[in-house]
Amino acid sequence: MTPQLAFLGQFGDAIQFIFQERESVSGGVQIGGLGEIADLTATHLLVSLVAMAAACALCIPVGLWLGHIGRGEFLAISVSNVGRAVPALVLLFFFLAYLGIGFTNVASVLFLLAVPPILTNTYVGVRQVDPEIVDAARGMGLRGVQIVRRIRLPLALPTIFAGIRISAVSVVATATIAPYANVQTLGTPIVEPQTYGFSGGLGAAIVIAVLTLAVDAGVGLIQRAVTPKGIMLAREGPRRRTGLALPTRRREPAL
Amino acid sequence: MLLVIAQLQTHQRTGATCVAENGFCPSWIEDNWDRYVDPFTQHVVLTLAPVAAGFAISFTLAVLAHRRSWLITPVTSITGALYTIPSIAFLFLLQPLTGRGFLTAFVALTCYTLLIIFRNVTTGLASVPAEAKDAALGMGLTERQLLWRVELPLAMPEILAGLRIATTTTVGLAAFAFLAGAGGLGEPLNEQRFFKSNIVVAGGLCVLLAAAFDVIVLTAQRIVTPWKRATA
Repeated sequence: MTPQLAFLGQFGDAIQFIFQERESVSGGVQIGGLGEIADLTATHLLVSLVAMAAACALCIPVGLWLGHIGRGEFLAISVSNVGRAVPALVLLFFFLAYLGIGFTNVASVLFLLAVPPILTNTYVGVRQVDPEIVDAARGMGLRGVQIVRRIRLPLALPTIFAGIRISAVSVVATATIAPYANVQTLGTPIVEPQTYGFSGGLGAAIVIAVLTLAVDAGVGLIQRAVTPKGIMLAREGPRRRTGLALPTRRREPAL
Repeated sequence: MLLVIAQLQTHQRTGATCVAENGFCPSWIEDNWDRYVDPFTQHVVLTLAPVAAGFAISFTLAVLAHRRSWLITPVTSITGALYTIPSIAFLFLLQPLTGRGFLTAFVALTCYTLLIIFRNVTTGLASVPAEAKDAALGMGLTERQLLWRVELPLAMPEILAGLRIATTTTVGLAAFAFLAGAGGLGEPLNEQRFFKSNIVVAGGLCVLLAAAFDVIVLTAQRIVTPWKRATA
């Protein structure tokens, strides 16, 4: 261990693992170092991205449509309740035992995990749009698809992105268990202590924590960028962080 | 689920060769039921203890923040950051400080419940109608009486909704406790992760536990909010 990091104890060793190659615990192989960490991070982000892209592509249109026609409340809400009851680890192991290992299966598990927050938030976001605004748009001659695209979607975007943010964080967090399915992500050093030892696991944990906080902040920035100015102005009182929001309950409009 | 049923039908007849073929084996499950008792009990403790501790902490914080609204933002940011750090990473980050075992899992899981419960208690208290508070003050209730007799009972549905989310989430996260050497159902899940019968039992117990807690809190919610039944 380099002397500068010695005072950090196990953390110092873990940080050194991130930056410097070393021989594995069982011997024979070189582990750690920025090269391996970068490789693992790339796979980690790739499998997360595939899952997120698929979930967004499915849930946003479906949520918009259900919200627009005002049906399927039960589906949109209960999906998130069911999603919470099935732990990610159980879901992954079910896929492993019954469908086998591999990139596609991991991506599918992460996809299933990403669906509930995006779907629920899109639905709730669309329903939250003031009916008077929709009426006004209709009065101006906008038709169904136009109302969805030009009125409902922009106004629901902050809520939709809050959902995407929740999903992105949990997907990146859960991609950690992908090595169980033979997809080498940043979880590898955690899952294989016999090779990587405790400092490897701790090092990977540090990288994963930083990565997740970065993803959270990144999606948060996008969320702020897409929020229509009118909404920002209309939001009264001290600005609350919406990012980590659980799906916001639909408020009844005060009459 | 369909897959499970299909497996069940295919392998029912084979019996002894079932385990060798890695099927879904009711007879194996019957014989090995005992090995799941301890992990299950640990899992229950790993859920209840953090939720109880988390509730005590965040409930106190929320009640404090109720009259001092400047507290809400810092508490939300701190608990929010804790909530964002992935559970698996957190279980490792804590180990140099708390060692391997129950304590690490307990601390990590407790941290995850904080944001959920704090947020719900805060919104619950904030959504108490001003008329109800005015009426109570008009009747001569003190601040303390107002809180315990009017505001908290009226905020109860929201508070219990938070408790419900926190409990089911914790059941799921407790499945990772084995990474910190704290046992739970994740242990048997991980030990034989390609053996279908094992996954069905351990995973099934996990899901059932979450569902059971969900129902219990829902029932409690119904009992403590009798006025809601009139409209339901």
